[in-house]
Amino acid sequence: MLKIENLQARIEDKEILKGLNIEVKAGEVHAIMGPNGAGKSTMASVIAGKEEYEVTGGSIELNGEDISELAPDERAHAGVFLSFQYPVEIPGVTVTNFIKSSINESRKAQGLEEMPAKDLLKKIREKSELLEIDRKFLSRSLNEGFSGGEKKRNEIFQMAMLEPKLAILDETDSGLDIDALRIVANGVNKLKSKDNAVIVITHYQRLLDYIVPDFVHVLHDGKIVKSGTKELALELEEKGYDWIKEELNA
Amino acid sequence: MKYTEDDLKKELETQEYEYGFYTELESDTFPKGLNEAIVRGISKKKNEPEWMTEWRLDAFRIWEQMEEPEWANVKYEKPNFQDISYYSAPKKADPNKSLDDVDPELLEMYKKLGISVDEQKKLQGVAVDIVVDSVSVATTFKKTLAEKGIIFMPISEAIQEHPELVKKYMGTVVPKTDNFYAALNSAVFTDGSFCYIPKGVKCPMELSTYFRINEGGTGQFERTLLIADESSYVSYLEGCTAPARDENQLHAAVVELIALDDAEIKYSTVQNWFPGDKNGTGGVFNFVTKRGICETNAKISWTQVETGSAVTWKYPSCILKGNNSVGEFYSIAVTNNFQQADTGTKMIHLGKNTKSTIISKGISAGKSQNSYRGLVQINSRAENARNFSQCDSLLMGDQCGAHTFPYIEAKNTTAQIEHEATTSKIGEDQLFYCNQRGIDTEKAIALIVNGFSKDVLNKLPMEFAVEAQKLLEISLEGSVG
Repeated sequence: MLKIENLQARIEDKEILKGLNIEVKAGEVHAIMGPNGAGKSTMASVIAGKEEYEVTGGSIELNGEDISELAPDERAHAGVFLSFQYPVEIPGVTVTNFIKSSINESRKAQGLEEMPAKDLLKKIREKSELLEIDRKFLSRSLNEGFSGGEKKRNEIFQMAMLEPKLAILDETDSGLDIDALRIVANGVNKLKSKDNAVIVITHYQRLLDYIVPDFVHVLHDGKIVKSGTKELALELEEKGYDWIKEELNA
Repeated sequence: MKYTEDDLKKELETQEYEYGFYTELESDTFPKGLNEAIVRGISKKKNEPEWMTEWRLDAFRIWEQMEEPEWANVKYEKPNFQDISYYSAPKKADPNKSLDDVDPELLEMYKKLGISVDEQKKLQGVAVDIVVDSVSVATTFKKTLAEKGIIFMPISEAIQEHPELVKKYMGTVVPKTDNFYAALNSAVFTDGSFCYIPKGVKCPMELSTYFRINEGGTGQFERTLLIADESSYVSYLEGCTAPARDENQLHAAVVELIALDDAEIKYSTVQNWFPGDKNGTGGVFNFVTKRGICETNAKISWTQVETGSAVTWKYPSCILKGNNSVGEFYSIAVTNNFQQADTGTKMIHLGKNTKSTIISKGISAGKSQNSYRGLVQINSRAENARNFSQCDSLLMGDQCGAHTFPYIEAKNTTAQIEHEATTSKIGEDQLFYCNQRGIDTEKAIALIVNGFSKDVLNKLPMEFAVEAQKLLEISLEGSVG
């Protein structure tokens, strides 16, 4: 599904990713953990194609195709979805209208007709039930006045609607209370299939109780320095990151 | 691949005016210049009665004594009023022809504008009065309207057929002495629409006029007079476009609305005149006086979508004379390249319990300047008057400007006045968010701008809201790469 080799990226003059390698296969869930400033969110942004970041080396392949030269919207059309840590507000544009534009633009890129309104409404109904979203919520302006939990739930709702091949959840658990966390995690679990893959970026092991990863990676100073199974996350929770740094320096 | 603000700026500068074509029609054009003989000539050409000629001449003499206003936040080279031709009529136009007889070249022109008469005819419930340059060429649905006693015709015909109404109301809301451009218009207006809705009649369809300037070096001075008699209702839309020309063209219209007791007028404008090219050359000067008067319990609602003109100077206003009368102003003004807009409204509260609402949305791109200028005036006898104003500005890039000049004069202590203003910028983060969801930058801007303008777009009649939305997209099209 996703194969990143020796990825290097910087913002302005600051090197952030310094030779990142990761391979994610279809059907897998990978967790990326690491201390603040390790480059976790940068990794997400670079995969999605945010133009502030300059890729200075390495490659990003999605299903065998190099996507590192594609515009962000083209990457989205190829099946990349990023659940933002801080989703932006777009006043006056309802959640429904936004998701409609989003779906139809992706369909257009694939040479398909716009999704008939009837099908769209049906899908909206299904997915909002799955994520326990009150449908009144869908007529509100995108993220405007949303609570932290509502914003994150809305991100996962969009993910459910768009059915991406690769979903990257950037600190989706931050700002969520335990009930919201459970709902969001259940949603992600229900959307998981053998044909798609999920990368979960998080600070805390808490989320991984709900979304159980196949692999856990520790990102430190722009590189993946340790990989393991879900037990690694528990160990990190218990011992923090310092022992890894010590291991590296040894 | 990297898209920067510089790219945005470059793209904005290179976008072309979609309607920049010029139709070759044989025209009947007056020599350039303005004097009493020209004013008499226009009146004669229109076969007007003596009183009308005198009215025009009076206005001309007033105009001669006046100076061009300079208080607006716009800079331009003042037009040379002696270098303009004040009358230009497409030769083949004949108001008595049926639509099928209309010059195919004219129809082609409408088609390019996306408002082909054929289409409009099919659009049930829409009657169109189209003014190309100065003469109305097609009026539809006249019969249906006549059955209800509604008069909807070019003002030149109304002067012949309903002189008593024209005489009674013309110049009562915007007097000849009102301002420089209103005086000029009163002297030389060539056409425009006249509408009268009888007592208690609810006009069954949207009434619509389409204006465009065609001939080079001509000015367009249309005059619209709309009277809603007691307890009547009408919704009226005017649309405007002009082909691209190098020299600036002058447009100085006057619109007068009269809403008698319990009447309601909804007046919507979609203006897409040539804004000039990327260097700020050419474009239309749009100096317009629009004002309505509300008698007891009456309501006037102005909605405008302004995307064109090099310079716009326009303040659709309401005089809330009657008790319990209501005035509304909803505006979207888009400026790009070197466009300058100074637009807003005046709400003059004279009656008791009068209420006004102002919602203004300014969108600036390129090197344009976009100003909101509004006056809310509460007279000493206007007990319990209320006003709510909201002025929002959206900026694209960092070389444009948004300005807000709200004036409030309250002479009655019972007045309640609220004013809110915001300024925001389309952010890289918003664009990236949309991109990440598969929406390209151009579409994303359209989406964001439409969202920003929604409160006003919602006020437009349904079929025109769609058109206006399209227009917003076109005006900002190619604004990013």
